[in-house]
Amino acid sequence: MSERVTTRIACTVNGRRVSFDAHPMARLLDVLRAELQLTGTKEGCGEGECGACAVILDGELVNSCLTPAIHARGASITTIEGVSADEDLHAVQESFLACGGAQCGICTPGMVLAAMELLSKTPDPTEADIRAGLSGNLCRCTGYRRIFEAVLDACKSLPAVPRP
Amino acid sequence: MSTQIGHSARRKEGRAKVTGQALYVDDVTPVGVLHGVTVRSTVPHGRITGIRFDPSIDWSEFTIVTAADIPGVNRVTLIVDDQPYLASDEIRHPEEPIVLIAHADRARAEQARRGVTIDVEPLPAVFDMNASQQVFKRYEVRKGDVDAALADPAAVVVEGEYETGAQEQLYIEPNGMLAVADAKHGVTVWGSMQCPYYIHAALAALFGLPVSKIRVVQMETGGGFGGKEEYPSIIAGHAALLAWKAGRPVKMMYGRTEDMACTTKRHPSRTRHRTAVTRDGRLLAMDIDFAIDGGAYCTLSPVVLSRGTIHAAGPYACPNVRVRGRAMATNVPPNGAFRGFGAPQSIFALERHMDRVAGAVGLAPDEFRRRNFIRTGDTLAVGQTIKEPVNMQALLDRALTLAGYREKRERFQRENQRGPLRKGIGFATFMHGAGFTGSGEVHLASLATVEGTIDGVVRVLASSTEIGQGTNTIFSQIAAETLGIECDDIEVVRPDTAEVPNSGPTVASRTCMVVGKLVESAAAGIKHALLDAGYLRAVYSRAEFLAGCRRYVESFGPLRATSQYEPPADLAWDDEKYFGDAYGTYAWAAYVAEVTVDLTTWETRVDDFVAVQEVGRVINPILATGQIEGGVAQGIGWAIYEDVVWREGRMANAQMTNYIMPSSMDLPPIRVYFEEVPYPNGPGGAKGIGELPIDGAAPAIFNAVAHATGVQPTRLPLTPERLMALMEPARV
Repeated sequence: MSERVTTRIACTVNGRRVSFDAHPMARLLDVLRAELQLTGTKEGCGEGECGACAVILDGELVNSCLTPAIHARGASITTIEGVSADEDLHAVQESFLACGGAQCGICTPGMVLAAMELLSKTPDPTEADIRAGLSGNLCRCTGYRRIFEAVLDACKSLPAVPRP
Repeated sequence: MSTQIGHSARRKEGRAKVTGQALYVDDVTPVGVLHGVTVRSTVPHGRITGIRFDPSIDWSEFTIVTAADIPGVNRVTLIVDDQPYLASDEIRHPEEPIVLIAHADRARAEQARRGVTIDVEPLPAVFDMNASQQVFKRYEVRKGDVDAALADPAAVVVEGEYETGAQEQLYIEPNGMLAVADAKHGVTVWGSMQCPYYIHAALAALFGLPVSKIRVVQMETGGGFGGKEEYPSIIAGHAALLAWKAGRPVKMMYGRTEDMACTTKRHPSRTRHRTAVTRDGRLLAMDIDFAIDGGAYCTLSPVVLSRGTIHAAGPYACPNVRVRGRAMATNVPPNGAFRGFGAPQSIFALERHMDRVAGAVGLAPDEFRRRNFIRTGDTLAVGQTIKEPVNMQALLDRALTLAGYREKRERFQRENQRGPLRKGIGFATFMHGAGFTGSGEVHLASLATVEGTIDGVVRVLASSTEIGQGTNTIFSQIAAETLGIECDDIEVVRPDTAEVPNSGPTVASRTCMVVGKLVESAAAGIKHALLDAGYLRAVYSRAEFLAGCRRYVESFGPLRATSQYEPPADLAWDDEKYFGDAYGTYAWAAYVAEVTVDLTTWETRVDDFVAVQEVGRVINPILATGQIEGGVAQGIGWAIYEDVVWREGRMANAQMTNYIMPSSMDLPPIRVYFEEVPYPNGPGGAKGIGELPIDGAAPAIFNAVAHATGVQPTRLPLTPERLMALMEPARV
């Protein structure tokens, strides 16, 4: 078997400049997990259905199992490991704990990131907004009710974002 | 005084989960690890005549394992040891494992997998359980004289046949195991699992090693729902066989398609009912024939069948009952444990049928139930006299009121005359036995240990796994309550067979009620030891308790108490006659579903759902509510979305793209209410809860669809295609 062609890719992950060699079409998921040891990003289906591998790339929620590594070049990526600094949890994480939004936990990293991205764009969401905003992230444990409550709860504690 | 029980303590491992720090098996990659893959059969039934390896591949790079490499017994330890780890002669289903391959590069292992050809002499295969001649297990429950009652000319007899399809557990973390193994140290596996000691026993037999040479460690587990009860023994065995031969650690992670296609699913079922009632709607006789498709090997089918058989007659008083149950063999991958374990299948049939019987005697469904509900002192068909307080009527009344049932029942009927949208409301009333069936708990003789330490921490040691349902948290609450300390003072030790005793499997709604009770009594044991040693006064503070533990350990060594299951004195079960107290207790429930059926697209949508249940004392309201909501969500999926499509015994839609589970857009508000009647034999008065909620959603939804449309759906799932065929038979 021939050696695979790789290319140097530099990007920002969780606020830190990183670079790695990867095949341009390698899955961003594998790069994050294997190269950068950021195993908080999970693989549930490998076909972009479940959202367990969701990360925020340049402000957009993407499924890292469907994102070629080359898309990361020059991008800024946030994974679950970049959400909270040390002891202080992000308001969304805090609300997931308070409301029972996490059960088995495997969808939770993607779900937390999806909720954060939703709230960054819709700071005062209705239940319909939350349903739509989380519709790319499947959870088999909760039936979603506790997660909806967690997102609503997080809105209360997040600082009000000035609207344009 | 209760401070911990009934309080929504935060999930113990919640912080690790919301920060992505929780370690699941695929998050651990030891140096030098190989990746294992499985070569499977391609035919549903046949005889292996040869195994060929593509000569263009350099096989010396790979570790290859066949049945010939197995050091011990090539049979998976379970009820009947009929399933091989690796087939060497007969193939009985299309996903049968035959060869294992490992390589340091996962992609190359996968490529090599495709370079193996299994030569097979095909044999005839059976995919329809009704056509199968092979029975894994039969049960019969009898009460009174059913035939005489059915022959009574004054009786109204109503017949019906009901079917349910397979269902995939669809935990979001696929199955996976990591193994190290060699002759000197024995075998150690880490993985995603529900039942560490099932794997422990299985590996000992597979390798022919003493149990002291086997160690099984649970990693954080991303959902189970029964799907990680028995199949993980096979994956652990495969990973360990490869590691044994390679002399290197081997990780075996199933991709989603392999997991869906090859591992167990909920048993498909077919139930026939013949029911005799008086003209004023009193049950005279129930004749029930319940069949499930076990698939190619026996696995857990006998116990799934047992639970389904016992639940088949429901929470009704009827003088004459006969339930005949059988598990059939077919050439599909073995079906297995899935939340509810046979009960959802037989309850679906019963609750759908009860609405039709009500209609046959001109009664409203709720009035018909009212005339037939079981009451304290009545005896179930299996011979169990209900001694606990039970009030099904109160549960139903509360659920119907909360749902606005009676008003909606009339209004929808009036308004359903025009337009493409038809609304309906329906309900189901049911019960679910907690813990193992019959003498199961006595045979398990489960253990749990509580240990006071010198570090100001009390440790709970049990093999019950945290799979999202809250084991860590409720065990902490139960121990903290008993000891008068805080949840934060408790450490629930990760299940590791080198450290924790065998508490039995994490199944059957038994973790809280049965093992939680052991935790409670073991905790009481260390408290009494401290009192007896004079290291604790009758009234004490948290700090005094922890200081007492420290002083005790410094003086006498380990402060540990272990509790073993003992059946409540008033329970009697006869295995031979299959008769008696089938369960220590039951949870009781009434669920109401409101639906809209779109006559243009034939889609059914659930608009509102009310779940009222009596589950004993609720230990943690948020966790308990989450269990009910999640179980109802799976039940809604089973009822209308989740359709396993079969082609020659193989799952044809083994992808999340075309096997559809409910998303955040699909589910109604699920409104959960508890009636709390403390159960004296449960910790703090709790009963089991995990399986109950999947029993009621499907029949409630089907009864609502019948109300909305006037047709009588009997086959689950109710996909748009099926509903169209029912409503417009001329068009299909």
